[in-house]
Amino acid sequence: MPEQPSPADRPRSERAMIEIRSVTRSYGAFKALDDASLTIGEGEFFSLLGPSGCGKTTLLRMIAGFDNPTSGSISVAGQPMEGIPANRRPTNMVFQSYAIFPHLNVEQNVAYGLKRLKLQGSEEKRRVEEALAQVSLTGLGKRLATELSGGQRQRVALARALVMRPKVLLLDEPLSALDKKLREQMQVELRRLQQAVGITFVLVTHDQYEALAMSDRIAVMFGGRIAQVASPKEIYQRPVNRQVADFLGGMNFVKGEIVEENGASLVVDTLGFGRIKTDKPKAFVRNGGSATLGIRPERLRVLWDNATAKFEVAGKVVERHYFGEITHLIVEIPGLEKPLSVTETNDFGADDIPVGTSIRLAYEPEALVAMAD
Amino acid sequence: MTVAAEGSPPLRMARAKGNALLRSEPAQGLALISPTLVYALILLVLPILVVIAHSFWTQNYLTIDRTFTLENYRVALTEPIYRDLLWRSLCISLTVSLLTVLLAYPIAYFISFHGGRHKSLWLFLITIPFWTSYLLRVMSWKVILGYNGVLNSGLMGLGIIDEPSTALLYNSTAVIITLTHAWAAFAILPIFVSLEKVDRTLVEAAKDLGDGPLRSFLRVTLPLSAPGVISAALIVMIPTVGDYVTPKLVGGKDGVMIANAIQAQFGKASNWPLGAALSVTTMVIVTMMAGATVLVIRAVQRLAR
Repeated sequence: MPEQPSPADRPRSERAMIEIRSVTRSYGAFKALDDASLTIGEGEFFSLLGPSGCGKTTLLRMIAGFDNPTSGSISVAGQPMEGIPANRRPTNMVFQSYAIFPHLNVEQNVAYGLKRLKLQGSEEKRRVEEALAQVSLTGLGKRLATELSGGQRQRVALARALVMRPKVLLLDEPLSALDKKLREQMQVELRRLQQAVGITFVLVTHDQYEALAMSDRIAVMFGGRIAQVASPKEIYQRPVNRQVADFLGGMNFVKGEIVEENGASLVVDTLGFGRIKTDKPKAFVRNGGSATLGIRPERLRVLWDNATAKFEVAGKVVERHYFGEITHLIVEIPGLEKPLSVTETNDFGADDIPVGTSIRLAYEPEALVAMAD
Repeated sequence: MTVAAEGSPPLRMARAKGNALLRSEPAQGLALISPTLVYALILLVLPILVVIAHSFWTQNYLTIDRTFTLENYRVALTEPIYRDLLWRSLCISLTVSLLTVLLAYPIAYFISFHGGRHKSLWLFLITIPFWTSYLLRVMSWKVILGYNGVLNSGLMGLGIIDEPSTALLYNSTAVIITLTHAWAAFAILPIFVSLEKVDRTLVEAAKDLGDGPLRSFLRVTLPLSAPGVISAALIVMIPTVGDYVTPKLVGGKDGVMIANAIQAQFGKASNWPLGAALSVTTMVIVTMMAGATVLVIRAVQRLAR
């Protein structure tokens, strides 16, 4: 789907750090990456998000210089990268497996890239210590890589790359090997670190929450193509198509008939939600007379007792799933093909609604967004 | 049969007792290696004990005098002929292992890093020379290096030399060439195995941190493959010190090694105790040299950091 630039699509900073122009990488007949174009701004935290095999790692490896585009071009900091080997690029990488040198201790690992710069002994030591402090590993310099925990290895990999003061830091699924709690802690730390050092970060991940929580902008990729590039909020709230919507979390899809279409908006008649006026997506292609609308489960609220809302639908609870802080309700609405999923926080007792109860749900018409199939 | 056995209480008890013994892991391990262990004890440890015992005795024509003496060791260590032979054997084996490792490393590297899908085919091809006997391979070097041999005729045909060179065969160089070829595969395999274990992302990480191909090799691949280099060096060094056939066939007068002297003592010279003392001395010195090699390679590895 061709991308048309909109304000949210533009890099946050005026200056582009990475420019990817129509990059394709084929292996025989298979295209790992298909005509991808992207601009990443200076100082931006940018994520490449998608399921495995979508081409996100291929793209990252091409920026790093471990792989070359079959066609198209990549430039970093205004310099075309064609023919420049990985060791002479202004990028550094945090590998998924961390790639900590097992025959060196933490200090030697972090100082690895500095050796080539022939710094003075004290300067090298100072930079290593500064990098270790940045990732809260002060005092562990003499440890061997084999004596470190997963989280510590990850920090060493991070320090080893940051100490080089790269223009771009590339992170290949850096948190995937950590347990949930540590992962969430590292997400916050990584984001904080990026803002402190101001380096452009490019993160590859298949975890949508990770991408949403850390990035300035996200590119969602499927099957070697970039489906959408936007801010986390935009991607989550206004996905361009069903695939993106589904990948970013739960979404209720509602079919409807288009009754009016003009430049900026669509008016759609739906069975359960009545007539909805919604913004027309940028790349909307009319497919006959019908349209797909989507509403996130948390945008539906349970109406208690006699409370009323301007916009509401009535239905019956058919399933209830308890998740601690939230409860997931599956609600059947007369006229809708599929029941709606609704997430409700448990502060008002949504976890006590018995299956079979008739309930009413409130919604805002703006929460229903049109998208391509 | 099983049913019958389980039906009779005494048998079952006996089995339970046996199981208890077998259940402990050391016992299981010992049971597993016991045939080999017994075999090794009889054919390796006993002969060595016999040799060590002989080295402290003296032989008087055909009778062995069993009074303890260190005379044999005095001869073995001070007699110039044995000292020279031992020294030459050590030099030859050190040169051979150095050359073999130097030649084997690139081959192992190529197979491991660039062998692609054909790694096993390459390894298979390397074993082909071993399908013929060791003797034949040594003899074929005689054909290559001899007076009317392949190398001499080739050089003469090219007009590089006018008459056949006698410097090629029957000296220690011929021994070194032959042994280096003979032991190549034994060095390639351990180096290959240790190179296979080198995580390729580590090489990528080195490149990412600014190292070119040579530097990343010297700083990551080589140190991480050091265990393979050490075992290759030892596998070649230890047996070549005592090699008997190669110096006998291609060494001539100039290429005689300690094993030939030992054989002479056990054979023509009929002095078993001296032969035994020479054997034990060689064993001790080879052990020391092997240990020193390990230490040197480790030290170099540490320096390279």
